[in-house]
Amino acid sequence: MASIEFVRVTKSFDKQEVIKDLDLKIEDGKFTVLVGPSGCGKTTLLRMIAGLDPQTSGSVLINGKDVSRIAPGQRGVAMVFQNYAIYPTMSVRENIEFGLKNNKVGKAERTELVESISRAVGLYDYLDRKPSTLSGGQRQRVALARAMVKKPSVFLMDEPLSNLDAKLRVQMRIELIELHKKLGTTFVYVTHDQVEAMSMADTIVLMNKGVIQQEAPPDRMYRQPSNCFTAQFIGVPPMNIAELGANGVKYGFRPESANLSAEPGDELFSLRGRIATREMLGSETIYQVRSGSGAFMIKCREDLFAVDQEAYVGVPADKLNFFGPDERRIEARDSSYRDYLEALRGQRHG
Amino acid sequence: MSKAFQYTGLTLSYLLKTAILIIFVFPFLWMISTSLQTYRETLSYPPTLIPALPQWINFVDAMSAGPFPTYAKNSITITLSIIAIQLLVMIPAAYAFAKYRFAGKNVLFSLVLLAFMIPGQVTFIPVYLMMADWGIAKTLLPQIIPFMSNAFGIFLLRQYFMQIPEEIVEAARLDNASEFTIMRKIMVPMSMPALATIALFSFVSHWNDYFWPLIMTDSAAIRPLTLGIAMLRETEGISNWHIIMAGNVVLVIPILVVYLFCSKQIVKAFVYSGIK
Repeated sequence: MASIEFVRVTKSFDKQEVIKDLDLKIEDGKFTVLVGPSGCGKTTLLRMIAGLDPQTSGSVLINGKDVSRIAPGQRGVAMVFQNYAIYPTMSVRENIEFGLKNNKVGKAERTELVESISRAVGLYDYLDRKPSTLSGGQRQRVALARAMVKKPSVFLMDEPLSNLDAKLRVQMRIELIELHKKLGTTFVYVTHDQVEAMSMADTIVLMNKGVIQQEAPPDRMYRQPSNCFTAQFIGVPPMNIAELGANGVKYGFRPESANLSAEPGDELFSLRGRIATREMLGSETIYQVRSGSGAFMIKCREDLFAVDQEAYVGVPADKLNFFGPDERRIEARDSSYRDYLEALRGQRHG
Repeated sequence: MSKAFQYTGLTLSYLLKTAILIIFVFPFLWMISTSLQTYRETLSYPPTLIPALPQWINFVDAMSAGPFPTYAKNSITITLSIIAIQLLVMIPAAYAFAKYRFAGKNVLFSLVLLAFMIPGQVTFIPVYLMMADWGIAKTLLPQIIPFMSNAFGIFLLRQYFMQIPEEIVEAARLDNASEFTIMRKIMVPMSMPALATIALFSFVSHWNDYFWPLIMTDSAAIRPLTLGIAMLRETEGISNWHIIMAGNVVLVIPILVVYLFCSKQIVKAFVYSGIK
């Protein structure tokens, strides 16, 4: 078990700074997910923890100890790669055993560890097979077993599920959550998929262009996004954001917190529009409503409207978010919050 | 119509392949045939294709015409030493060129490629003088030392290593493997096809080498088989083609054996690395 800390870390590739003066603390025993669009620096952070691409300046601490000068193999971390990076010429057993052999673990102990881990991940019957004869899901398990057998204090995972099909991905997601619960070890997981992040994380760290946008548990990240980027990255479809009119202030609401009705409701925010598109997804329907102040995505439980029909979008006051000209969230305790609410009320049926 | 067209194409392709096969295989069969003929048969016209009675005695005659055990021992020592040393030099060099980032890497690699392009005929006199200067001209070393590194091999192996995903090397580093272990346990097993190909090329070119030993040797004690067989030609002033060809068959057999062994390895290695 270990906590991880980045202190004023900067990373450049060929003189181009991808991460600048970053501070971050990853708590001991937590499942932390680094999420963001591609190129945001999340994998770079992970590789810095592993020691594969050391930071240009600043320091990385594992359990309070600066590991900048410690080789990857001696940091007590294990990593699962996106393409699994299984050694193709070795059998499943040799793959799992390789790290133990390098750490000079005795043969008897090695055999015992390999067998118990392989039972835990359901690979016991495949120990003498070559990876080329395994399916994608089984290879994924080999990579997991190889990481687990070393009993690392930190698990690093770089988009480990992205090569699996949708069904297997959901199953592995649950298995990873259970694995984390069982081991109680620090997990650092990188993904670009916000659904994965929301479903597995204790803490989400959302990044964009090398800067941390928000660091919060999934529910807070969803309900109180700290800026426009977070609001629009988390959630499917993303939060609707539009200009309030004055001073560059914006307002926003989630597609699922709006009500769609044929008659105007009594919500604080109400807007008349025309249904432009309709996506019927089974349990829910997503409408795009066009109006004078822009296009809004609305998610409804029921499928009551047809394309080109006129409808009213209503959002209650407590579901509204406001963002300042710097795109930062304006909290409800802020003195101007009430003014913005009133301004929106004034735009009813816009 | 299209079926007829297809069959014509197929026939043409087989004819062409047969023609190519004959061109390549005929000299080889001719060599074996001649090695089993009598002296009279080698001179007769029209030429004898199949000897009336195989003359196995030709092989005994060829092998007793000179110190052939010594020649064979020299050839084996030289060729195997070269291959062993080349592998020791090539693997780490190719690994460094493929997987490390260091200052001057491109310049150094250009130098390797440059070495690859300089023909031996340009360097043999200075090399001979140098070897003589070192006092090793009368040993096997002048036939080994100049070939300790193999620029073509480094080039080929580097290309091969570059195709091995970076993550596999990184996973091994995270598994606390030393760079030596990574080379021995991961890079080498994954590159068996390339290594077998390079070793085979190296074996053929050094086993068959004639020019370099001709320059570097001045006594039977250090001569390889190629020179010994070439010397069969000069016995008694006339060309005993049946004896020379018997010698050549002896020279070629090890290459065939090595080829058969290597081709099996290549297939096996391809099966192993057939995983993405």
